[in-house]
Amino acid sequence: MPNISRDEVAHLARLARLAVTEDELDVFAGQLDQILQAVAKVGEVAAEDIPPTSHAVPLTNVFRDDQVRPGLTRDQALAGAPAAEEGRFRVPRILGEEQ
Amino acid sequence: MTAVAELMDYAEVVERFDPVLGLEVHVELNTNTKMFCGCPTAFGAEPNTQVCPTCLGLPGSLPVVNRKAVESAIRIGLALNCEIAEWCRFARKNYFYPDMPKNFQTSQYDEPIAFNGHLDVVLDDGEVFRVGIERAHMEEDTGKSLHVGGSGGRIHGAEHSLLDYNRAGVPLIEIVTKPVEGAGERAPEVARAYVTALRDLLRALDVSDVRMDQGSLRCDANVSLKPKGTAEFGTRTETKNVNSLRSVERAVRYEMCRQAAVLTGGGSVVQETRHFDESTGSTAAGRRKETSEDYRYFPEPDLVPLAPSREWVKELSATLPELPWERRKRAQEEWGLSDAELRDLVNAGALELVAETVEAGASPDEARGWWVSYLAQQANARGVEIADLPITPKQVARVIALVAEGALTNKLARQVVDGVLAGEGEPDEVVAARGLRVVSDDSALLAAVDEALAAQPDVAEKIRGGKVQAAGAIVGAVMKATRGQADAKRVRELVIERCS
Repeated sequence: MPNISRDEVAHLARLARLAVTEDELDVFAGQLDQILQAVAKVGEVAAEDIPPTSHAVPLTNVFRDDQVRPGLTRDQALAGAPAAEEGRFRVPRILGEEQ
Repeated sequence: MTAVAELMDYAEVVERFDPVLGLEVHVELNTNTKMFCGCPTAFGAEPNTQVCPTCLGLPGSLPVVNRKAVESAIRIGLALNCEIAEWCRFARKNYFYPDMPKNFQTSQYDEPIAFNGHLDVVLDDGEVFRVGIERAHMEEDTGKSLHVGGSGGRIHGAEHSLLDYNRAGVPLIEIVTKPVEGAGERAPEVARAYVTALRDLLRALDVSDVRMDQGSLRCDANVSLKPKGTAEFGTRTETKNVNSLRSVERAVRYEMCRQAAVLTGGGSVVQETRHFDESTGSTAAGRRKETSEDYRYFPEPDLVPLAPSREWVKELSATLPELPWERRKRAQEEWGLSDAELRDLVNAGALELVAETVEAGASPDEARGWWVSYLAQQANARGVEIADLPITPKQVARVIALVAEGALTNKLARQVVDGVLAGEGEPDEVVAARGLRVVSDDSALLAAVDEALAAQPDVAEKIRGGKVQAAGAIVGAVMKATRGQADAKRVRELVIERCS
């Protein structure tokens, strides 16, 4: 039976870059627990002879030829960006990834 | 400020520890378009001019796999003696970093398209070292960041960053070795030789530009040490930013010396990413590695699985070109080279250049002589790859032909080559412009011979007295007078004729 700890919720929150309060850790731990228990029920029903499914459509090998197709102009690409500079997307400084 | 790391002397390192390497090579494919969309992949375009909703991760866009990229991946796998998966999927690797606008990278995780192969690597002395290949999988490249406001373009201290997504989504193959053990003191050399062999292989397959300087071939070197006689692997570091073959060797060696000093000083190696600094030859700590679980991989729902049919794999297998080691074997047989001669040729990076020179009419021995010695020295002196010297095999063949005709001596021929390298034009133009023809006019030579004999009457007397070996002094004087443009053999004949 799944049993999500507060520490695990805090870790997931950090990976998802979400600010979660101490109270919320308890709330989400309970909620995630319920979700996992619901999913675990599927595992009880699925027999050995049923392979895990990742795709709803039974298709393989969908390819595209290696031909250039028109994309966006630079102005179009940058149109939705909160900030741009020198033809590039401008983002806030990146923290905690490199010393 | 980063403290300067303590290093153990290399001889002591290899006496006390066994290094274990793991090499991850990323190669950008030379397809026309990206992995999952039809954007072009040309290097050096204006920022954000090769982008579309798919590679920008805009809502509602859907990826479609580039067939050519899959074909290249399978061909690489086959050339590396790998098994090709009968069925495999892409996965999402989730992480927050602005170089991927989707906030995940589409990659392969536990189902690589190719796995379990090997590459035989020839070391400088001809010894063959087999490197096991764990896997070769498909993924996409990231965008390029420009950090503004920090020192030297580093993230540290930067005020903000600027992103160009032209490279985001370019097809990438990651080739991962099995743990490389047993190389001992030759580990740094094995690392360089492996990347070299892989580069040559990828070039022969024509799947990538394999330019380390432009980033189309990138190597991450994992290094760990274990005390001699123990079986358990030590903690590893992963060194990135290794941008040349020589750097691969230096980075591995540096990490071995650094880790050995940490371990013998009672410390422990931290599992982390380190960055290689080309100018100092040292590595510096980067970020702590996230664990694989932290990337929360899951099967990519927007892409259907790949199931390369065995017929398709067989067809692709038939398209494999002559591979570098086969090519070398053929050259050795055709040109009658000893193992040592072949090795020198390969180490000089001149095999194809010699082949093209031979094709242009030169004899294999002459062609090899020029490329492996004089031209290799010139490349070395200029600090460039021999293939990048501004002289073509055809021009070298022409110089060789001029020598064979007797129009140039070897000494003059080198001057002609110097002229071509200096951008003075074709060999014949250099000959004309510099006036480098052999003086073959006997009357001009005879005048010089008479002059030299008159200047050294005692020597002339000796020759007349039968001491033929004394002729050398006169020949030398004539060669000097003609600025090396005479054929020494002919001059010698004339000297002896004159004195008999």
